[in-house]
Amino acid sequence: MKTILTGNHAVAYAVKLSRVKVVSAYPITPQTTIVEKIAEMIAKGEMDAEFVNVESEHSALSVVYGSALAGLRSFTATSSHGLLYMYEMCWWVSNSRLPLVMAVVTRTIGPPWNIHTDHTDLMTLRDSGWIIAMAENAQEALDLTIQSFKISESLNLPFAVGLDAFVVSHTAEVVDVPDQETVDEFLPERKQAYRVDPNDVFAVGNIADNLETMRMRREMALDMEKAKGVIDEVGREFGEIFGRRYGLVEEYMVDDAEYIVVMTGAWSGDAKEAVDILRKRGIQIGLLKLRYIRPFPREVIERFDDRKILVVDRSFSMGHRGTLGIEVGNVVDCKNVVAGLCGVDVGFEDFKEMFERFVRGELGEVEWWI
Amino acid sequence: MDLRCVLLPGNPSCQGCPHAIGLKALSVLENPIVVVPAGCTTIIAGFNPKQSIDLPVVHVPFASAPAVACGLSKAYDNVVVWMGDGATDIGFSTLSGSAIRNDNILVVVSDNEAYMNTGIQMSGTTFWKAKTTTTPAGKREEKKDLALIMLMHRIPYVATASVGYMRDFVRKVKKASKIKGFKFIHLHSPCPPGWRFDSSKTVEVARMAVKSGAWILWEYDGSFRITGMSRMFRDKSKRIPLTEYLRVQGRFKGLTEEDVRTIEERIDEVWKLLDVLENTINKA
Amino acid sequence: MEWLKTLISRPSKGVSGKTGYWRTFKPIYDRDKCVLCYECYVYCPENCVEIVEKVVKIDYDFCKGCGICSEVCPANAIEMVKED
Repeated sequence: MKTILTGNHAVAYAVKLSRVKVVSAYPITPQTTIVEKIAEMIAKGEMDAEFVNVESEHSALSVVYGSALAGLRSFTATSSHGLLYMYEMCWWVSNSRLPLVMAVVTRTIGPPWNIHTDHTDLMTLRDSGWIIAMAENAQEALDLTIQSFKISESLNLPFAVGLDAFVVSHTAEVVDVPDQETVDEFLPERKQAYRVDPNDVFAVGNIADNLETMRMRREMALDMEKAKGVIDEVGREFGEIFGRRYGLVEEYMVDDAEYIVVMTGAWSGDAKEAVDILRKRGIQIGLLKLRYIRPFPREVIERFDDRKILVVDRSFSMGHRGTLGIEVGNVVDCKNVVAGLCGVDVGFEDFKEMFERFVRGELGEVEWWI
Repeated sequence: MDLRCVLLPGNPSCQGCPHAIGLKALSVLENPIVVVPAGCTTIIAGFNPKQSIDLPVVHVPFASAPAVACGLSKAYDNVVVWMGDGATDIGFSTLSGSAIRNDNILVVVSDNEAYMNTGIQMSGTTFWKAKTTTTPAGKREEKKDLALIMLMHRIPYVATASVGYMRDFVRKVKKASKIKGFKFIHLHSPCPPGWRFDSSKTVEVARMAVKSGAWILWEYDGSFRITGMSRMFRDKSKRIPLTEYLRVQGRFKGLTEEDVRTIEERIDEVWKLLDVLENTINKA
Repeated sequence: MEWLKTLISRPSKGVSGKTGYWRTFKPIYDRDKCVLCYECYVYCPENCVEIVEKVVKIDYDFCKGCGICSEVCPANAIEMVKED
């Protein structure tokens, strides 16, 4: 059914359609309307789940850690400072190899206080063992959330669905909301590698041998590599059922491109328009949208090592370069533009100018777009 | 008293460990799951692939325990948090949040009055004037009354208990397990290495705390009442001198008479307050 | 899923080995003095006191020699004796 939804409400509907049983969250702008919508659906009896009000994000993730350990499909959502406040638990969840899903509505980290989008918060999860996806629009936010449960549960790794503050979270768009029956067909009952059960006496997480713990981390790293195939497979299956195919990346006019722009998130839409304009002028440029930050689509990027590459970043690693600039730069040579930090608007005109300068060879190694 | 062995012999607890005594009480629970945040019990629980606690245990970070228990309680009854005063300090908002939700869990704080697992540093419940490695001249800060703070959350069951009076503690755990909602038990757990007394004296020191009036056993289940041995010590003349309790512990070495007077005043204040509670929150 | 073996642990006696080696003083039980009050059983932190057919049995493999059983015994039926 096609309807008009904000990105946040699209996530809420996806959570309902995924038959989540426990939701716990602490409000933070711009995430709040996700869980408000869920709380409303539960209160109206439209969704069969329990909503747990907590006093902090640390507790929000702790509650869903507990419910997920007990075998219940669980969800939380946060932004920025909320993510940082729950950071310890993020690692506890992933190192416990526990499938669960969290929406991260990307928001600038203070001070000064700022509620607008910036990907730095989401990027802090990179090393933790969470699968990290980034939606471009409300439809992707909904679709990725539904897929996230399947992917997370088949790999025993938690999943963060990112969406940009306001640009996606609070912008109403036409969204195709699938029916329950079709989602049920796509998404089976929750599965997980182990489940805490009063009748099965074991401990989770007590002190272990150093070498064995390191082996556990290596297995996690290997499973992250395996995740690439699972993500593409689940994305393909999703496409067959719902008509919208997903995968690690979206390739936009890259096949014959001499110049390729790599980026992630909502602004990819504006950037694609700029690509169209340059194409009309005969410039062979394309866009590679990273739908996933972890696992990192290294092999896809390697395919383009004979092209000129520009990475446009909405997050920065102090003392080095843009976060994605580092990531992509590890695979191929690239120029790096850091733009749109702290919610600064970057639109079609900016991208047009940026890409023109890139093509003319005017961009330095790292350029701040201010 | 029928206590199944919950903590298996040959575990890493120190000689005379009060937690090891206290854990026995969990054996009266039916099919419990135990949530353990970082602390002494993390060590006592043993090393992979073995564990010393013969119950399902979930090890969790410091501040998360009651919230993780809340999540587990969405699937199971009898979820218990076993935590120390350290996890209670750092996770106080988590504890408070869980209490106001009235989560169906039992929280036992086994309080050895300092951060013992990291080597005897001051906690919020460290006794007045006690020496720890971070209060080498004696604690200057206040001591917080955890159980009374929890009582003010209007939860269905709050009690204090002592490892010196296991029958009283076991009765309280049993009673709590039959109540739906948030249950809180504050267990007094004298620690031989942390308080500087001989490992054989754990139970004796715990009892001296009660007999001197420094630790008071009480219970709230809708009505508030002083329980067990503490009833006798409402009458101050029946108590043993406070100095007797303080003297057996190395952590109070060098206390002045004025220090003792200050501590005594504080204890008198607590008794007065409990007296008011007993006379006020009383359904009968 | 080898990692599961590292994440999950099962109950076992002696996770720290035979902790009887920690002992400096050994509890010696005198059946004649025993009044079967169960105090030693209730308060032994190591859970190595068992009462079998009205006789206290101490598991010396694991008893750490803390001396609590001797302290709580109202009948002085357990004496702490220095190990050889």
